[in-house]
Parts: sequence; structure tokens; C-alpha cells
Amino acid sequence: MSCLETIQAYGLRSLGIGERLLPKSDFTLCEHFTLIGSGMIWNIYFGVLALVLGFFAATAVALARNADNPLVRKPAQYFIFIFRGSPLFIQFFLFYETFVLLPKVGIDINLGFVELTAETRWLTRAWLGALIVLFLNTTAYTAEIFYGALRSVPRGDVDAANAYGMTGWARFRRIIWPSMLRLSWPAYTNEAIFLFHATTLVFFSSFPAWQQKGDALYYANYFADKTFNPFIPYPILAGYFIILTLCVIGFYGIINARLNRHLPRERRPRLRIRPQIIR
Amino acid sequence: MFFNCSDPQMLAGLEWLACYLTTGKHLAFYGSFGTVLLLLAITAPISLIFGFGGAVAARSHFPPLRWFGKTYTSVVRGIPDIVFFLFFVIALDQAFEWLRHKVKCPDWDQPIRQGNDFVVCAQAKLPLSSAPQWLHEGYGFSLAVLTFAIVYGAFAANVLYGAMHAVPRPQIETAEAYGMTRRQAFWRVLVPQMWLFALPGLSNLWMLLIKATPLLFLLGVEDIVYWARELGGMKTRAFTFPHADWRLWYFLGLLVFYLALTKISEIVLARLTTRLTHGQATLGGAAMQKAAAR
Repeated sequence: MSCLETIQAYGLRSLGIGERLLPKSDFTLCEHFTLIGSGMIWNIYFGVLALVLGFFAATAVALARNADNPLVRKPAQYFIFIFRGSPLFIQFFLFYETFVLLPKVGIDINLGFVELTAETRWLTRAWLGALIVLFLNTTAYTAEIFYGALRSVPRGDVDAANAYGMTGWARFRRIIWPSMLRLSWPAYTNEAIFLFHATTLVFFSSFPAWQQKGDALYYANYFADKTFNPFIPYPILAGYFIILTLCVIGFYGIINARLNRHLPRERRPRLRIRPQIIR
Repeated sequence: MFFNCSDPQMLAGLEWLACYLTTGKHLAFYGSFGTVLLLLAITAPISLIFGFGGAVAARSHFPPLRWFGKTYTSVVRGIPDIVFFLFFVIALDQAFEWLRHKVKCPDWDQPIRQGNDFVVCAQAKLPLSSAPQWLHEGYGFSLAVLTFAIVYGAFAANVLYGAMHAVPRPQIETAEAYGMTRRQAFWRVLVPQMWLFALPGLSNLWMLLIKATPLLFLLGVEDIVYWARELGGMKTRAFTFPHADWRLWYFLGLLVFYLALTKISEIVLARLTTRLTHGQATLGGAAMQKAAAR
């Protein structure tokens, strides 16, 4: 099989399109690259969706964490503590077992005038179940970062907004929120990088890879198990992830530049390694 | 233990639970919490040493050493740690066996990699196939420790490298003005002062290490995740203690264990920070002086 044919057969294998059977022996380098690359689709899917959804949820949780009312503040505090204080690996197991215990047919929710059926059958599948876990996890981490930034929004900015008669939503939307994002952006970039790394755990916790449709690490591990040679598949996977990380840094760097465009050039914070804020 | 557990079918209620929770397998499960703590206790200092070596290498004036240090510290940021875990456990094992093979069987003429197999002579196997069970388990555990130390050493190197840069430059200049050599200035001035700057990063790293311990399960060590899955699974009538699928409760227990570990660490690290900040020329130290004077 030529390399082009391999790509046609296995390029979208992780989505279930193409050849059904995985290669069994005499693996070529091309097969390694194609299958592992095909698995990256899932890593990107999980990472991007969890980050996008988590971004908005985290803003809300950070605001709740900063609220004066303990009825709002306490739940947010506990949410952040539980998801930041426990390993993601355990969270995957815990949620999977919960999802398995839910009845397969769905839960009937009686609202009095109308009866809703909540679909539960997809929850045990990785594409939804694992996404929910990753979403909650990144929400907690991001909320903590945003909360820290919220506390360090310059007092003068808020005073100026008050002097202009801005209140409530307008003040938040135009003054506080941009400052919060600007201050938290380097840490948030870090979080995004590590969330993409965390996506590799999905098929190694309890979520089964249905019909061998797995992520990049799933396929890399498949090759390593079959050939008993870790020196080819894992470095390929590493290469893919370095490229992905560089893309994430590039994308967040563009947003960082935009958030800081009002500052003089030398005062703009640059995105670089912040060892004290590793996830 | 406290009750007569010889006939579980006859037991009910609390008595049943007490007997159930003290079976041999459950005792092994409780022991595995010790395994996790042992891993933490061994890995933390080793990764700190690896990290220190990495940071010193990255600062070195000898280019190849510096390149090595820089690569070591930066590579973990781009690649998920679980990839390293899966990679190093096989790679280290094969590397050790290959080295022993070279030493012990010099006149072996067949290739090491035969198709999909990795073949070394019988004397070079690690551990020897005749070795007792505890040696096999111990070998697996030490491979896991080494893997953790390599990966988290790289993170620690990142933190320490940053901390060495954060020590105010005049401190070193003063040391040089007193006629200290580079080496003396490094050991007597830089190293004692860098810990305060490294502490936030290192405490973060400690949390990270705690949260990475369940990955032991993937490395084939019988840890708490392994036992929670094993014990929680559905038990039919054929078992002594039949019960439904209780994995959820077992994992809830693990969650509580980790949350407690995190909380305790947070408290201890906060105390440590206060102690280290004392008398330092930083904002925190100045604030403490002010508070004491009041």
C-alpha cells in the first residue's frame, strides 16, 4: 500500500470513516503518522469545545466566587476546590461510573404541564461524557485564574468607571471584564496548553474507545503494544503535540496582543513560561 | 476481626459491613494508600534533585550541557506527561535489559529486535524470571518512581531556573565584590536565596505530583485505582460478599482522600511560605515586619 492509499484508508479512521480493520503487522512509518494524526482529531475536538464552553462558564463562576452573598460564593468556592483539588483521572472514573448507573432509556422529568425525557444514553460515550468532565475541570481551573485577575483589576479603573456613571453590566462589560482577561491571559494560555494535554487521558480512564475509534495516544499505545517498540510511535505523538502547543501559543498570543493593544509596547506582557502557574 | 466472619451469608447490617471491609483484599486496598504516599515521599526529593541538575545545566556556560538542560526543561511543556509515562516505562525497562545483555552475554549473535519482539538472553532479563514476586513488584514500582522523577524533575527544573533568575542581581554582585568565586557565589548566596522565589512554583508542582499519582495505575502498579475498580465491581452470589456495582462509592472515597491530601498540603505550604518570607527583602517580608512593629 502506498502512503497516499494509507492516508485515504486511515486518515479519518478515528471518526469511523475508511478502512475498518487497523493494520495488524509490518507497520510502516506512514501508517504510524496517519493513524496517530487521525487520532489528533479527537484531542482537538475535546480541547477546543471544552475551552470554548469553559471560558464562559469560568467567567460566571469567577464572578460568583467574588460575590458578597455567601449563598452564591460558597458553591462556587466548593466547585473550584473539588475540581482543582482532585486528579482529573479520578474525575473521569467517577463521572463514568455515575453515567453508567443512570438508566439507559433516559430520565423522565415531569414539569407539571409537559414531560421531558433527558437522553442519558450518550453520556457513557466519550464524545459527550468525557467532554462534560473536561468542561467542568477546565471551568474550575480557569475560574480560579479569572478570580485572581478579578481581584487585581486596578482600583483606579473601577473608580473612573464609577465617575462616568457606569454601573452594572456596562461597567463589567467595558471596564472590568477586559482588564480581567488582560491580566489573566498568560496564565490562561498555560491552562489551555495543559487542557490539550489532559485530553489524552480520555481513553485511558474508563471511557471505552468504541470500534477502536480513539485519540492520538490510543493509537500510539496500540502501535507500542503491538511492536513492543516505544521509540517510534511516542516520539511521533510528541511531535504532533509540540505542533499543537505551538498553535495554541500562537493563537493565544494574537489575542494577548489585541487585549494589550492600548499599552505602550515595552509594557506589554509577553507570553512565556510561567513556572509558578503550571496547572 | 471483631465479629465472627467465617460465614458471611449469615451476617447482616453493620456486622456484614464490618466483615466486608476487613477482608484480605480490602486490607491490600488500604495498603495501596501507603503505596501512593510512599511514591510521593520518594519521588518529590528525587525530582527536586533532577530539577536542580536540569536548572544548573540550563545555566551552564558549556553549550552542549546548556542545550541539554534547555531541551529537558522545555520538552515537558509541549508534550503531555502521560506520553512520557507510557514511553519511559517501556523504554527504561528495555534500556536496562539491553545494557545488561551487552555486559552479560557478549557472544550473543542474534538481533535484539526480532520482528515485533524484544529478545535478550535469559541472564539479562530484569528481574530474573526466577526472582520472587516482591522483586517483580519492586522493580515495577522503582521504574514508576524513576519515570515520575524524570517528568516532574523537568517541571522542577523550570521552576528552579526561574527562581535562580529571580534572585536580585545586586546580591550576586555583592558576593563577587567580596571576592567570592562564581562557584562560591552560587552555593553561598544564590542557592539559599532562591528557595523563596521557587516556593510558589514548587508548591504548585507538589499539587501537580499529588494529582498525577493515580497514573500509577497505567504503569501497572497495583495502586488505589486498581483496587477501587477491582473491589467495587459487581459481585455475584458466587463471591463471599455479593454486592451490586459499588465502584462509584469507591471512587468517591478516593476523591475524598485526594481532597484531604490537597487541603493538608495547602495548609502546610502556607505555613512554610510564612516562615520563609520572614526577614526577606520582598514585599511580603516588608509587610510582615510592619505587622510585627505594630
